[in-house]
Amino acid sequence: MSAVMRPAIAVGKSIRGAITIDDVVKIYDPDGAAVMAVDHCSLDIKAGEICMIVGPSGCGKTTLLNAIAGFHEITSGRILLDGEVLCSAEKPKAAPGSDRIVVFQNGALFPWKTNLDNVAFGPIMQGKMTKVQANEKALAMMADAGLAGVEHNFPGEVSSGMRRRVEIVRALMNDPKVLLLDEPYRALDSLTKSVMHEALLEIYYKNKVTIFFITHDLEEAIFLGHKVAIMTTRPCKPKKILAVDIPHPRDYSVLTSKRFRELMEETNEAVHEEALKAFAAGEKEG
Amino acid sequence: MTRGGKLLLSSTLWRGIVSVAVFLTLWEIGSLSKIWIKWDAFEWLRTALNAVGFKPIYLPWVGAVPAPSEVLNAWLIVLQDPSYWQSWYMSFFRVMSGFIAAMIIGIPFGLLLAVSRTAFGVNFPVFEVLRPIPPLAWVPASIIFWPTQELSIAFVTFLGAFYTVVINVIGGARSIDVRYFQAARSMGSSQWDIFWRIILPGTLPSIMIGSAVGMGITWNVVVAAEMISGGGSQAGGTSGGGLGFFIWNSYVGGSYEQVVVGMISIGIAGYVSSELLRALGTYMTPWLRLR
Repeated sequence: MSAVMRPAIAVGKSIRGAITIDDVVKIYDPDGAAVMAVDHCSLDIKAGEICMIVGPSGCGKTTLLNAIAGFHEITSGRILLDGEVLCSAEKPKAAPGSDRIVVFQNGALFPWKTNLDNVAFGPIMQGKMTKVQANEKALAMMADAGLAGVEHNFPGEVSSGMRRRVEIVRALMNDPKVLLLDEPYRALDSLTKSVMHEALLEIYYKNKVTIFFITHDLEEAIFLGHKVAIMTTRPCKPKKILAVDIPHPRDYSVLTSKRFRELMEETNEAVHEEALKAFAAGEKEG
Repeated sequence: MTRGGKLLLSSTLWRGIVSVAVFLTLWEIGSLSKIWIKWDAFEWLRTALNAVGFKPIYLPWVGAVPAPSEVLNAWLIVLQDPSYWQSWYMSFFRVMSGFIAAMIIGIPFGLLLAVSRTAFGVNFPVFEVLRPIPPLAWVPASIIFWPTQELSIAFVTFLGAFYTVVINVIGGARSIDVRYFQAARSMGSSQWDIFWRIILPGTLPSIMIGSAVGMGITWNVVVAAEMISGGGSQAGGTSGGGLGFFIWNSYVGGSYEQVVVGMISIGIAGYVSSELLRALGTYMTPWLRLR
């Protein structure tokens, strides 16, 4: 890969957060209906890379994410993190850990904790910090992410865009190797979304992590990603892997650039094809 | 508070006052109508109906109920009677002891059933068989079982709240979003942390709903239990009988005004306990305040 593929910040730091998805198969209910969700899927994600996973709804992207996070089992194949096996046929379910934190589609901030307590939660749980230390770091990180002023509010009291940002900061507090984002901006309106994209990139440039980002918005994928993996409809495997050669740091002017348009054209058809297949399959099932 | 808030408060307040006033007025008119209409003047109607085989021995009429003015008079007299206050105290004491026991036993029991499949499998069938038995059906067994009448009433009261609390705790704990557990586990929470920091606060709103419903049932049950068991006090009489016994005793003694005084007293007592519980609930679940 060319040098532009790596974020500037990753240079000179130890390599951490490389994910290798190696020939992974996931079959739900193997003794009964045997629904194949993931079909011999292989994908390499470099440390510190933003990898966007694009595919139609219900194609099995989230199954892959859950396997990495350690929420669900895989049937065969293996997933490695920095060369260490997370899960394989012998050990089908990875142990959930603070090196891989998920930001959920509809958010999973604890509604009964204030934003600050949510953000400070991880390090306290892991015994890495005292409550005082964790609060101090949380306040600093929140201020850095433009969240000053909402620390003592409950998540239910702030806007959904704010909530999503709090959740990303909560994830980063754990100093993870990998951030797993499952369509985090799906429920947001397009204006808030564009603000969130730039905010995510800004947070990303400050914190070196690998990002595994699920979406079905191609524009979002090309704007944010170093790499865009377009998945087939169920069963899920990469149909086309696109290296986005627009250099980081990026801002919203990228959207109107010539290269961006070209990349959109190059991939649009592949995405649309899978969407049609998914739609037809859905019709049949319905 | 904003100006709009104050306005709302005052108009709500006024509506409440008007509603109570209209209710009392209609009741007063209804009760006094027995004097105005002279029910006896309709004796010919009763004779006529009897002649055709229809025997209205007595036609119900709101006039049979004491008027609010009479009730108020009776109340003013009763207010100076220490045994009336003793009844309040007795009923409140029984409700609270039964209710608190139901919370202390019901919440951990419900949580245990929610988190452990084994505990659920072992306990739930028995629980479900016992649950439909009305607390009042327990009164005779309770009197036989418990050494004192006081304990047997408290036990029946306890049953009134217990089942509701347990069912709500189980339902509440089970409906906690799985993502909270996943997130907590990813961030390194132990089972113990998950119990204290996720399951308990996540179930709290349901605990509050369960206890509000349970509190209502508790008042229903205590009054009936007091009537059936003769007030539970060896002393007898109005002293030490509780509000249920106060009503029953007034009825037996023919003081219908006092019956109504007792009924309204229970209404007020139930309202006060619900308000206290609501205040506690709001204090315990601050994150739900702004929804």
